[in-house]
Amino acid sequence: MELVILIVLSLVVIFSAVFAVIVKTLTSAVIASGAVGLFASVMYIIYDAPDVALTEAAIGSGLMTVVFFLILSRMRRDENG
Amino acid sequence: MVRNLFIIFILAGVASMFAALALGYSDPVALGSAASHYVSKGLAELNGVNIVTSVVVTYRGLDTLGEVTVLFLTASILSFFLKNRSHETKSESSELLTTASKVIFPFIFMTGLYIVMNGHLTPGGGFQGGAVVASALLLLILADNKTDGSPTLFTVLESVSGIFYVGTGVAGLILAGGFLDATVLGAGITGRLLSAGAIPLISTLIGLKVGSELSTMLVKLKNASEV
Repeated sequence: MELVILIVLSLVVIFSAVFAVIVKTLTSAVIASGAVGLFASVMYIIYDAPDVALTEAAIGSGLMTVVFFLILSRMRRDENG
Repeated sequence: MVRNLFIIFILAGVASMFAALALGYSDPVALGSAASHYVSKGLAELNGVNIVTSVVVTYRGLDTLGEVTVLFLTASILSFFLKNRSHETKSESSELLTTASKVIFPFIFMTGLYIVMNGHLTPGGGFQGGAVVASALLLLILADNKTDGSPTLFTVLESVSGIFYVGTGVAGLILAGGFLDATVLGAGITGRLLSAGAIPLISTLIGLKVGSELSTMLVKLKNASEV
């Protein structure tokens, strides 16, 4: 059962990572790269590494996504004016 | 065509390098000498129930100091390159974000403090808790467009906690076995909040430092994106 969950999660992680590379809009790419961190942190919990999972969830999927969005908004404003 | 062939050639080269690694891998059956010391003696030496935090904060404390230094460098470089445009006119944040952040903020903030303080008892520690605290502060920063995020407070917090962090390490060098040795303080009773030597102290200092560094970076990025 645990193996099945791990295989599904790793497929989702790989799918999100590939999606982040090939998708056309930057916003979707940022969301997809955040999803990679989120599902990876669930995998860390299954592997009995809650310490790493906490870091991955807070920084990998939380703060990094926001940093990307802040930079994206700055880029848009620079383009407009 | 030639470029594609070149890319495939490089990919095949990388793949063959990793294939050698992957084929030579076998599951470790026994702990290494350092790891077995941490597992067998860690609890007796420090009374830290969560051995991962004992390793991260004390046994391999220098690595954590390096991580925090890298974070500090990143924050410094960001503040060097991003010009602060906070004096210009600002738009209001949306009502939804302002209200929701007021409701959620205390819970995320307290969770972060709990993770920092209980690093030696439950999963977590300074780095993880600091990141959670910073993400709670991020909500406030995003919700309130009027403030400039009091960068002076974060700078002072960051510097003071950094000085005390290194100071604790030097105290370990003088009074105990080595740099960042947590046995400078008593081991205490197993499972209490104030136990496991200096681990709660070092963990709190790392949490303050990481939280203020990440918050400074976010404030800089936010103010710079404000036109």
